[in-house]
Amino acid sequence: MSDAILSLEHLSVRLPEGADRPYALSDVSLSIASNEILCVVGESGSGKSMMANAIMRLLPNEVRIEHGRMLFEDRDLCAADVAEMREVRGAGIAMIFQEPMTALNPLRTIGDQIGEMFSIHTELSNAEINARVLALLADVRIPDPKLAAKAYPHELSGGQRQRAMIAMALALDPKLLIADEPTTALDVTTQAQILKLIRDLQQRKQTAVLFITHDFGVVAEIADRVVVMQHGRIVEQGTAGEVLNQPTHPYTKQLIAAVPPLKAPPPRPLSSQNILTISNVSKTYRTGGFLGRGARITAAVRDASLELPKGATLGIVGESGSGKSTLARCIVRLIDPDTGSIVLNGKDWAKLSREEVRRETRHIQMVFQDPFASLNPRRKAAELVAQGPIVHGTPRATAIAEARKLFELVGLDPSAGDRYPHEFSGGQRQRIGLARALALKPEVLVADEPVSALDVSVQAQVLKLLADLRQRLGLSIIFITHDLRVAAQICDLVAVMKDGAVVEHGVAAEVFGNPQHPYTPALLDSIPGGEFAREHETVSM
Amino acid sequence: MDALKRYFRSPAAVIGLILLLIVIAMAISAGWLYPRDPLSLAGRPLIWPFASPRFLLGTDNSGRDIAAQIFYGARISLLIGGVATAIAILIGILVGAFAGYYGGWVDNILMRITDAFQTLPNFVLLLVLVAVFGSTLTTVTIAVGIVSWPAPARLTRAEFLSLRNREFVQAGRTLGMRDVKIILGEILPNALPPVIVYASVVMAVAILLESALAFLRLSDPNVASWGNLIGLGRDVLRVQWYVSAIPGIAILATVLAVSLVGQGLNDALNPRLKSR
Amino acid sequence: MRILSLAGRRLAASIPTLFLILIGVFLLLQMAPGDTVDALMAQMGGGDAATARELRKFYGLDLSIPAQLANYLWHLVRLDLGFSSIYGKPVASVILERLPPTILLMTASLSFAFFFGLVFGVIAARGVNRWPDTLISTLGLIFYATPSFWFGLMAIVVFSVYLQWLPPGGFEDIGTVQTGIWRVLDIASHLVLPTLTLGLIFLAIYLRIMRASMLEVLNLDFVRTARAKGLDETHVVTRHVLRNALLPMVTLIGLQAGTMLGGSVVVESVFSLPGLGRLAYESVVQRDLNTLLGIVFVSALLVIVVNFVTDLLYARLDPRISADS
Repeated sequence: MSDAILSLEHLSVRLPEGADRPYALSDVSLSIASNEILCVVGESGSGKSMMANAIMRLLPNEVRIEHGRMLFEDRDLCAADVAEMREVRGAGIAMIFQEPMTALNPLRTIGDQIGEMFSIHTELSNAEINARVLALLADVRIPDPKLAAKAYPHELSGGQRQRAMIAMALALDPKLLIADEPTTALDVTTQAQILKLIRDLQQRKQTAVLFITHDFGVVAEIADRVVVMQHGRIVEQGTAGEVLNQPTHPYTKQLIAAVPPLKAPPPRPLSSQNILTISNVSKTYRTGGFLGRGARITAAVRDASLELPKGATLGIVGESGSGKSTLARCIVRLIDPDTGSIVLNGKDWAKLSREEVRRETRHIQMVFQDPFASLNPRRKAAELVAQGPIVHGTPRATAIAEARKLFELVGLDPSAGDRYPHEFSGGQRQRIGLARALALKPEVLVADEPVSALDVSVQAQVLKLLADLRQRLGLSIIFITHDLRVAAQICDLVAVMKDGAVVEHGVAAEVFGNPQHPYTPALLDSIPGGEFAREHETVSM
Repeated sequence: MDALKRYFRSPAAVIGLILLLIVIAMAISAGWLYPRDPLSLAGRPLIWPFASPRFLLGTDNSGRDIAAQIFYGARISLLIGGVATAIAILIGILVGAFAGYYGGWVDNILMRITDAFQTLPNFVLLLVLVAVFGSTLTTVTIAVGIVSWPAPARLTRAEFLSLRNREFVQAGRTLGMRDVKIILGEILPNALPPVIVYASVVMAVAILLESALAFLRLSDPNVASWGNLIGLGRDVLRVQWYVSAIPGIAILATVLAVSLVGQGLNDALNPRLKSR
Repeated sequence: MRILSLAGRRLAASIPTLFLILIGVFLLLQMAPGDTVDALMAQMGGGDAATARELRKFYGLDLSIPAQLANYLWHLVRLDLGFSSIYGKPVASVILERLPPTILLMTASLSFAFFFGLVFGVIAARGVNRWPDTLISTLGLIFYATPSFWFGLMAIVVFSVYLQWLPPGGFEDIGTVQTGIWRVLDIASHLVLPTLTLGLIFLAIYLRIMRASMLEVLNLDFVRTARAKGLDETHVVTRHVLRNALLPMVTLIGLQAGTMLGGSVVVESVFSLPGLGRLAYESVVQRDLNTLLGIVFVSALLVIVVNFVTDLLYARLDPRISADS
């Protein structure tokens, strides 16, 4: 390629002794032309972020480039000395990161941090720098640039912080922008805006963009060309159209097949009998204030009413802060709701005393989001699963024996019961969490973002298991998620939450196909790679 | 097992352990090596160290064997350090666990009390306690324990605060566990390692506090303690400075040993930090 | 304004703490064997029971304990700390006389420990696991393990007895009356050894915290951002790392204020400095419980003031601290 801005040639990056594999990157070759967006896709541990750090020569101390060349503007970055690299960083190649909150210095203003780009690489006066900073902030469409320049990072929203990061990265019109999962930490509507912004600015400034992501939706939305990585190697590359529609490598095929489509499966017949009825549940939090003065009242859940038919799956979707997790915790009484009733099997859960909740808790169980934080690291897997029955009076030996049977049910090797949680992968841990919840033979399962922390291929497996168990055990499930694609796949009914209130609910196909509340289509349109998400074929569940 | 291996890979931690074992050996062998009362008259006063084969480390101003006092002093320092630390850590864990787990008004009241203890300089409180309850070995040990609990309490509370909303604790609640079981069975085992490591800091400070008290002649005068000896040596400091110097080195070595062991434990239990 | 209201709120919150301490210690001292009158009688060389009764009545010691406590607190509100029978004057004035050397000593030790702790901590963190770090960390451990009073005595032996560079104790040379700059220099020379002695252990703590905090901050994301901007290592440290790494150090000043005041009891005794710490020691030995209670009050007050100043400082350094958290 003649107009390549950056080309990597047979790049190999060596990991220190004792790492899970000898090379973070092995024999990676790729090139990026000006005015193109190259997406590097892969699951966690594929080495995609390591590549970004290698290009910037910002690898951790023990990790080093062993072999290969990185040609940028006729210069091999692998051979560049420290001073040369400093000139390239920021001015030639700029970078934006996943978590804009931690990527900005909390103690300095936004304007100050953007201005630093100019003070490092140019001789501009302070007044000129200030003017440039304001222009940049206006460029990334931050409302009121003057105010934003004076603000500290914590005073901006996540989306605005990422805009500020982008303004900073583009300050010196770099030839190449490396974006390392820049929208992963953001809500879906914010993500859509940021993707659009990157695309717009890239086209206007003709910047080359190396965009790292794990999400094929984002790839479909933004990529010109795609590189797929697995275990530090490139397994496939080509134009976005080719890779997405005619993948050749089995791993790519598998990844794309695992992406949940935004298409509800044909509706299943639902029972007319409700197992759980939630009526007018509210929960407010008071923070700060002294003797009631100046207190801030946040309505986490506002007057939520929902029904869960026996054997059905009700999805509660919404962005962060919509109150969906608080509602889930109210249902299992981890949080006590202020008002409203939660009727399970004819008994109002919201009115039970703590002691009664403790006794009745086997009817309703919860699966948590974080597969690492949800298991006590000091207990063996079998013990974790047996804990519930033991608490409720089952003799220890019986409980452990039953736990091993449950292992089989959730697709784990029963002999794995003697291992500690850290010896399992994320997907396996989530299966243990599921087994723990099922050990009490609940009628209702509340799953709070059970697959959000998992890689897409693992995600598909866990969803499949959940659907399978629902059928076999006759479970009724409340499924909390921020990902509409996941909800579309597994849920019979969907409720959309915004600012603590349920704005719309109904049969999944109805909500997705014919949304009634204006927020729902906005949410649907924000899903990256719209066409791709709706159309592509997938493994059936 | 891994932690043990990591511990022995650090030379500083091994040196600390050896030093600590030496001090413990001194405490154990004191009665056997020096069967006589270490505070009884043994010979001519103020013999310099190495000047007489009978008194390897010399004698103090009243003719008592310094070496014997150093050996017996190891007993006192370890005893006071150990018991006071146990008291402080126990109170600290109790207060911290309740405050951290329950939050709200329980936390408010317990933390107010902790605040009060931390606002009052610990040595001044120690003086008040000694003034009120006298300076026997028992009262001094308990007093040192009482002034040392706030820091471990805060540490335990912080651990509990961060652990109580962890998902595995919530899972325990959804399984129907009682608070006591959650506190003792789920949270405490995870909160304990940093507190145990911190015990070494408490013990180091406890030994220093007692020796300072003894130096001011406010600790039990009827036992051979290193601080007592330093205080005594102060009267002859201008010429026979060794009377004060020798027990000081013993304190330094013991506190150093405890700190090194504590740091070694910390690095062994938190391997992530070590690699940085 | 934001900072002031925040610190003001913290200050107000410490008033109940102060009362808790006073009430606690007051009740504790009731359990002490002997009271002020006993001490006074001993001072006078004995006396009959009638005189003792008279005196108890005079000092209000014949009242019930709650009444005495109420009495004490009522006097306290008017800044009256009672009367020291040993010194023969109001406790407040006894304490006031002894306050300047202690405050001077604490300020000097704190500055010494903070400054060198900062510098050594930064040097150690920059060369982590290389020889400067090993040397500094080892010295830090040894300083931490050194009993301050012993270090003071040894310093006297070396610098006063053998080298005769510095005076072995006292606050100033009472033999010769000096004024102006000479007096300042004289006091300074008397304070060198006490400052080093008291500051040593805090130096060790500060350097350890600074080192750890630097290493922590150096690993944060925004440092990578700063490097990705093309900033050189020196500027990464001065512009991005240092201020963030200072935050735990500032917190520590407040937390350690009490310990430092406690340490001054011992150091002032070693160097015969006529300060608050030495007064505390004397009042325990002489069983002057009124003065001891006064010292408890004043030292708690000092700690609260130091914490107030640290709060102000912290809030200035960290914009995230807001008035409503």
